[in-house]
Amino acid sequence: MFLFIVSVGLSVTMGLMGFVNLAHGAFAMAGGYLVLTLTGSLGVPFWLALIVTFVTVAAVSVLFERTLYARLYRASELDQVLLTIGLAFMAVAVYTYFYGPSPRTIVLPSYLTGQIDGGFRSFPVYRVFVIAVGIVLITVLWYAFERTNIGAKIRAAVDNRRMAQSIGIDVDLLFTLTFAAGSGLAALGGGLGIQLFGLNPSFALVYLVFFLLVVAVGGLGSFKGTLAAAVILGVFDTAGKYLFADLGGFIIYAVAVLILLAKPAGLYGRE
Amino acid sequence: MAASSPSEAAQMSPAATDPPVTHAQAIAYLAGRHRFRTIEVLPWVLAIAAYFVFPDRMTFGSQVLVMVLFALSLDLILGYAGIITLGHAAFFGIGAYTVGLLASRLSWSEPISGLVAAAAVAALAGFASGALLLRYRGLTLLVLTLATTTMLQELGNFYKDFTGGYDGIPGLEFAPLFGRFDYDLYGHTIYLYTLGVLFVLFLMVRRIVYSPFGQALAGIRENVARMHAIGSPVHGRLLAAYTISAAIAGVAGALFTETNAVVTLGVFDFDTYSAAVMVMLILGGAGRLYGAFAGAVIYMVLQDYLSKLSPAFWQFGVGLLLVVTVLFARNGLLDLFERIGARMRQWVRR
Repeated sequence: MFLFIVSVGLSVTMGLMGFVNLAHGAFAMAGGYLVLTLTGSLGVPFWLALIVTFVTVAAVSVLFERTLYARLYRASELDQVLLTIGLAFMAVAVYTYFYGPSPRTIVLPSYLTGQIDGGFRSFPVYRVFVIAVGIVLITVLWYAFERTNIGAKIRAAVDNRRMAQSIGIDVDLLFTLTFAAGSGLAALGGGLGIQLFGLNPSFALVYLVFFLLVVAVGGLGSFKGTLAAAVILGVFDTAGKYLFADLGGFIIYAVAVLILLAKPAGLYGRE
Repeated sequence: MAASSPSEAAQMSPAATDPPVTHAQAIAYLAGRHRFRTIEVLPWVLAIAAYFVFPDRMTFGSQVLVMVLFALSLDLILGYAGIITLGHAAFFGIGAYTVGLLASRLSWSEPISGLVAAAAVAALAGFASGALLLRYRGLTLLVLTLATTTMLQELGNFYKDFTGGYDGIPGLEFAPLFGRFDYDLYGHTIYLYTLGVLFVLFLMVRRIVYSPFGQALAGIRENVARMHAIGSPVHGRLLAAYTISAAIAGVAGALFTETNAVVTLGVFDFDTYSAAVMVMLILGGAGRLYGAFAGAVIYMVLQDYLSKLSPAFWQFGVGLLLVVTVLFARNGLLDLFERIGARMRQWVRR
C-alpha cells in the first residue's frame, strides 16, 4: 500500500503530464525526512506532520516545476530523464550531508502500534492504518479526477493540450497543480513508509526502481492500473521473499518484466 | 521520443559541423565526413602524454580509459541510434564477471583471450535481450532495462557460492600480457594495454558510425516512421547496433576487472555505472565519438578530486552538472566549446 501511495503520485505526474520524473523518489524521501524532523525534534503529532509534509512538499515542488520542469515539457524523454536523475542525485547528496548516511526510524504514537485482532489472525495496527489511508486516497483521487470540473479539465488537457488551451483552460496552472499533487502524494507515501522500510538518503534511488515498475506495469495515468500493479507486485514481493528467501527481490522484477513484455503499455494503459 | 517536425527530420545531419548550405557543399561535406582530421590526434597524444606526466597515477588512468570505452559503447546506441537505456551496466557487468569467473574458476587468466570471451558473452546477452526489449520504447524500455540489470544483480547474489555475492571475487591474477609483459604496481603495463584496446575498438566504432549502417541508425533516431516507410529493417539494425554496443561494453567490463584484479556485484549498480556512464556521455556530448573521451575524463577527475573532500559533495556535483548540462549545454561540453570557438572567430573577423 505504501508502494501505491508513492506510485500513484508518480502516475499522476508521469501519466497525466507525460514527464519522465526520476526525481519522484527524492520527493518521497524529502517527505520522509520532514515527517522525521517534525515528529522527532519538534514534537508535532504524527497525523499533523503528515498533513504539513504533504502541503510543504507540494508547495516546494511547485518551485521546481516552474523553474526547471516547465522548461522541458516539450523536450525529449532523454532530457527529462537526465534532468530528473540530476535532481535526484543532488537531493541524495543534500540529505546525506544534513542527516548522515545511516538509516533512521520514527517513534509512532501509541494508538498506531500494537495489533488488531482480525478474527483468524491479528494485524499490526499501523499496516491497517496505511491501508485505510490508501483507500481514502483512492476514493478522493477517483472522485476528483472523474467527477469534478478540475478533473475534467485535466483529462482534456492531457488528451489535447492545444484544444484545451484554445477553449480557455489554463493548462500551465493545471499542470502545476497536478505536479504539486503528485509530489505531495510522494511525500505522504514517504512519511508513511518510514516505519515499514526505514529511511536513509539512498531511498530516493533505491525505491525509485519499485515506483517506476509499479507505474509502468499499471499503465501510465491509470489509478486503477497503479493500484492493481501495486497490489500484484506487493503480493509477489512478499510471497517471493517468504517462499524463496535467498532469491530476494528477483521475483518482483521477473514478474514485472513478464507483464511488460506481454503488455507494453501496462495493465490498464492506453496503447 | 520528441515529436520532430518534418523540417527537422529533413536535415538529418549529425550535430558535428555546421549544416551544409549549397548542393555542392553538401556533397563535399558528405564525402569528406569520414576523413580523419588533424585535431583527432589530440586525445591520443594527451593519453600518451599522461603516461609520462603522471607515471604514478596509471591505475587511475586505466580506470578512466575503461570508462571512456564504456561511454563509447553507450554512444553507439544512445547517441547514434537513439536507444535510451538505464541498464547498460548489465553488459559491463557481464563482461567483468566473464573474465573474473574464467580467471578464478577455470584459471583461464590470459588477458586478451579473456577480452574476446567477455565480448562474446556480452554480445550474446545483448542479442538475446535486445531481440526482446528493442520492440519497446519510452518508459517501458527504461523500466525493462533497469529491471533486467537489477535482476542480474539479484541472480549474482543468489548464486553466492559461484560469484562471491556482494563481496565479489577478490585477488584475481592474470597472466602476463603476450606472455611477456608482467604487471607492475603502478599500472604502467595495464595503462598501455587498455589504451591499445581502446584505440582498436575506437577505430571500429568510428568506421561503423560513418558507414551506411551508421547513417541508418541516425535515421532511426531522427524519424523512425520515415525509416519504416522507406523499407529500412529498423528492428534488425537496432538489434545489430545493440549487440555491438553490448560487446564493447563487455570488453570495457573485462578491462575493468583486469585493471582492478577484483570484481563485485557493484558493477551492476544503477547509480555507479548505468547512470554514471550516461552522465559522462551527455557531459561530453552524445553522438559525436569524442564526447565519450571528454566526458569520461572530466567526470573521473572531478570524482577523484571531489570524493576526497566528501562523497556528498561529489554526488551533489554530478547532479548539478547534469542539470546544468541539460539546461544550458544540451549537446555536451565539446559542442559548447565549438560554439564558443565559432563565436570568437566571428568576433575576431569583425
